[in-house]
Formats: sequence, C-alpha cells, structure tokens
Amino acid sequence: MTDRNLPPGDGYAALDEAEGLTVEPVTQWQLFRSRFVRHRLAMMAAVVLGIILALALFADFLPLENPTDQLEDDNGRIVNLLSPRAEYWFGTDELGQDVLSRVIYGGRTSLTVAVLTGLMVATFGTLVGSIAGYYGGWIDTLLMRFTDLILSLPLLPVAIVAAAWLREAFRGREALSLAILLGTLLWGTLARIVRAEFLSLREKEFVEAARAAGARDRRIIFRHILPNALSPIIVNATLVIGLAIILEAALSFLGFGVRPPEPAWGAMAANGGRLAVGGSGAWWLVLFPSVALIVTVLSVNFLGDGLRDALDPTQTIERR
Amino acid sequence: MTQDTQTQDTDNPIQMPPERLLQVENLVKHFPITQGIFFRKQIAAVQAVSGISFHIDRGETFGIVGESGCGKSTTARCVLRLLEPTSGKVLYRAESSDGSSGSHEIIDIASANKAELRRLRREMQIVFQDPYASLNPRMTVASIIAEPLVVHGIGDTADRIERVKELLKVVGLNPEHTNRYPHEFSGGQRQRIGVARALALNPAFMVLDEPVSALDVSIQAQVLNLMGDLQDEFGLTYLFIAHDLSVVRHVCDRVGVMYLGRMAEVADRDTLYERPMHPYTHALMSAVPIPDPTIERNRRRIILEGDIPSPINPPTGCRFNTRCPRAEFPRCSEEIPALKEVEPDHWVACHFPEVKQVV
Repeated sequence: MTDRNLPPGDGYAALDEAEGLTVEPVTQWQLFRSRFVRHRLAMMAAVVLGIILALALFADFLPLENPTDQLEDDNGRIVNLLSPRAEYWFGTDELGQDVLSRVIYGGRTSLTVAVLTGLMVATFGTLVGSIAGYYGGWIDTLLMRFTDLILSLPLLPVAIVAAAWLREAFRGREALSLAILLGTLLWGTLARIVRAEFLSLREKEFVEAARAAGARDRRIIFRHILPNALSPIIVNATLVIGLAIILEAALSFLGFGVRPPEPAWGAMAANGGRLAVGGSGAWWLVLFPSVALIVTVLSVNFLGDGLRDALDPTQTIERR
Repeated sequence: MTQDTQTQDTDNPIQMPPERLLQVENLVKHFPITQGIFFRKQIAAVQAVSGISFHIDRGETFGIVGESGCGKSTTARCVLRLLEPTSGKVLYRAESSDGSSGSHEIIDIASANKAELRRLRREMQIVFQDPYASLNPRMTVASIIAEPLVVHGIGDTADRIERVKELLKVVGLNPEHTNRYPHEFSGGQRQRIGVARALALNPAFMVLDEPVSALDVSIQAQVLNLMGDLQDEFGLTYLFIAHDLSVVRHVCDRVGVMYLGRMAEVADRDTLYERPMHPYTHALMSAVPIPDPTIERNRRRIILEGDIPSPINPPTGCRFNTRCPRAEFPRCSEEIPALKEVEPDHWVACHFPEVKQVV
C-alpha cells in the first residue's frame, strides 16, 4: 500500500512502518468505512437516500397538505391541475391534491415495497442458491427445478392474478402485499447466481483448507463461501429494488397495485402520463414522481456499488 | 477390482510396525460420471486411483511423483479424507484419545466416523499447491492462521493472537502483519502463511501437495528449506506430492512413482535415482536435467510415444503397456503386474524389470 491509498489518519502509520515501527491495528470496520467514504458516488447516493428516507419517515411533521385532501381556493372551488407555484411547489393534480405532499408520502409506499422486496429476494435467493450449490445432488435438483418453475412464470399475468387476490387478504396494507408478491416472483435469478458462485467457490482450495482444519458446513458456508459471493448478491439486490419500484408502477397503472387515493410514485407517474398525453399539458404530474423514482433507483444502485467495493478487501484504489 | 491387489503386508490389517505412521492399503478412488437430470445414472467412472499401497514411517518424507493426472493429488486428498475413497484402507497411528502420552491407537481414516475424523484433523494437515487459491481473500492473515484453533476451540482470543504471532515468526514473516489480507503478500509469503496455518494445531503429519510448483525457483528453495527446518524442529512426517524430480531428490527419503492411478515403483531416494527398474521410471529419470552440459549433451533421452491414456478407459493388464518400450505381448496387456519387492525395500510393478542408470 502506498500513502496515496491510505485514509488521512493512517498515512503516519505507513511512515512508522517504513521505519520499522509497529503499525496501529486497524479494525475491519474502520477499513470498511474508509473504503466506503472514498467512494464519492456511493457517498452521495447514501446522503440522497438518507434525505428521501427521512422525508418519507417524518412526513407527518412537515408543514404539508394532507396527500389525499382535495384542496379548495377561498371561493370553495377545487384547485385542480394548477402548475407549480409558490403555494403548491409541485402543482396540483386533476383531483386538486397537492403533488409535493403526494410525492413525499408516496415515497413511503414505494420505498416500503422496494426495500421489503429487496430484502425478501436477497434472503430467499441466497438461501436457496447456497443450499443448492453447496450440497448439490438431489437437493440441488429439487431446489433448482423449483427455481426454474418460478422463473418460467410470466411475470405480469401472474402478478395481476396474485395481486388481485393478495389485495383482499392484505386490505389496507397494499405495500406489504405488493412486496410479498414481488419478493416471491423475483428471487429466482439471484438463486441461480448464488448457486453458480457456490459451485465454483466450494471447489476452491481455501474451502478445502477449512475442511482439512475440521470446519463444519455452517462455518464453511458463512465464513468462507458467502463473503466471497457477496458482490453478485449485492448487485442483484440493488437491481431488484429498482425493478420493484418500476413493477409497482406497472401494477398500479393496471389497477392492481396501490389503490388510487393512496399515493405511490409509480401510480402517480402512470396516471400523470395518461393525463399529459390526454392533452392537459400537466407535465408536473409526470415529472416529479418520475424524478423521485429515478433518483431513488440510481442512488440504490450507486450505494450497492459502493458497498460491494467497500466489502472487498482487495479494493484499495481511490475512487473518483 | 480384485485382480488389482498390490498388497505389501496385510496379514493383520490393524497391526503396523512401531515406526510406521501411515499405511495405505489398496486405495481406490473412482469419480462417477453421471447422466440425466432427475435420475442420475452412472455411465462411467474416472479411475483416478486404482488400488495403491504404500507406507510412511514417522519422521520421514515420502514423495509421490508422476505426471499430471496420474492421481497423486487424489491420493493425497483421500489420505486426509478430503475426498471419500471408493475402497481401501488408510491406517494412521494416532495419539491415543485418552490423552496419555506415548500411547497410540491405529485408526483407519478411510472408515473413521465424524468424531474420530475431527480429532484426526488436529494431527494431519495439508499445504496446497496454489498459494493464491488456498487463502480466503476476504479473511485477514490472523483469522486464516487462527481458523484451525477456532474450529477446535483452542484458547481464547488473546491466546490465539499470541499463537498466530508465534507461528508467523516460525515461518519467517513479520508478526505485526496479522491484520493484513492475503493479496498484500507475494507468492512465497502466501505459501508461508499456508504453512503457518497448517502448523497451528501442532500436527504430526503433513501432506505437501506440490507446495512449491507455483513459486519462482529462487523462492522454491526458501520454502523447501523452511519445510526441512520445520520437520527437524517439530518432528513432522511429510507426504510430498510433486512432479519436479529434482525437488523430490532434494527433500524425500523414499519415493513412489505413480502412473495412471497405480504405483509403478517404490524405493528409497538413492536407489530410485541410481538404479531405477521400471521402464516408466527410466523415462521419467531421463528427463531430469543434469547441471553439466557435457553429460547433458551426450545422454540419451527416453522419449515415450503417444499420450497418457484416459483414466476413464485405462489399458488392460499393465497400464503402461501402450507406451512401454519393453512391453511383451500378450503378457503385459493381460496380466496386471504386482508390486513385488525385487530387492530390500525396492518395489517394482513390472513383468520385465531391469536396472538402468539414466540420471
């Protein structure tokens, strides 16, 4: 390691070492943090995501209109389809609801769907993929044929049917029902990727060395193989988070996602698009939820990128 | 595989001479080749090891040489039961489980149960060929070397760190480097880390699976000398797998030559290099470079014809008969030559052995 690659505080340690002095022990957490902080894009993404999350979480404490109230002017007329202005920063929609408030509250729904789906996919895909890849044999055959089954399902038709049914079962908690639905449908790809990683990693000599030392399966899976399979898992999970937000939009557009008065980015953008095409010229109905959606998806991807690099100890080169 | 028997001394399988640490009898390892998605049926087998026998005495270095794919690494892994042997015995003289020093019991590694195997793992270790693949890139040096200690629950964290530093010193690395990752080290240094890990549990027996093949020649000597010093210091017994015959001559006490899953010749080092008797050994030995240009220029190389046959469908009779310059048919293609002791401690599996000086 050269000084250039060291975080500021550790540059002296490198000098000390060159003079034959001892090195201050650095914990794994410190190394991880310094690698992550150096990843500028990921840091920015983390800040942006932090702001979006905070807004969604603390929306109730902000001076916002109620997202489902139909706003009226002093004469009692509903103020629908107002373009952005001082009172309504993001304008109002065709029902006279405040778009700014809906974008912020909509973040709750969209982020809940996205994050829960991502977690479910990461957990289930990793679990199935690891077991199949590590143990092989008939367990592998069984799990992979099941995975093939899931992967062969046509996403939208199945999602529509299942969403209609789940929506009844989870009345009032559409976000949760959507997350469960998408999580169940999307883990197949990750399971395959993880299985492939396990198949190649379990033949590596360091795994054999662990076995020669007497390590049990659990230790080999969690200490040796999984950490080395982390990159594709993180990449896939971030992709799934983006995909979940977009699928939420598609399902909402078709009327099987979040129910209309309830705000969600995908549903808002889809609905706004319909109106804008219809000739109202209400561009703000499309623009703001779409920007929120795009910024979130991009941030999640950059964050995943940064996490992947920070968790890889061989990464030492400074990032722009 | 009954006609494959190449037994040396199997009168009573659980008895071994007192100086003997390891005795392999008729070891067989076949890798099945399967077909089908739901119902895997075996259609063939790679006969990687087809009934080999040898023994290793305490404190000695036994070398196994042979070309790529002859089954030497498979043998090593079966001995440590990193692979499940198809059949055969691997008798090992283990420290007695009651803990009384000096008392021993003989365990068949090939049929040991999980608990026995776990206990044996403390006594036998392995150093791998590729120092880049054998260290987990996501673990620090400290956690790599301490892993055997953690697995067997030896000491607390402070003890383990102490032991890791001690081991790093033993193998000639800076004990302050515990917090580094494998990629921060060179190939030779990484191999030393691998050696330190193997030493962590104070083993009695170590398999060295081509420990220097992946290293530069200058580094090879360093690592080999380190292995020699460690053997003297800790009284280790080595099973040394190699294909570099000069290295084998340098480090081994006794050597076995393998060809296509069978042992062709076993002898002590000097006998094997000076009076080899198996035609395959002749060919191998004639390929050893001699560091004297006049001799080197005038010697006759024995160049074998053809390629090594496939272990899926090996030749009948003597496995070397397809390439052997001395083969006489039909005997060599019908009758499997037994590994016979042609002179004291010199075993040859050939119908027509002949002493030939080639090195």
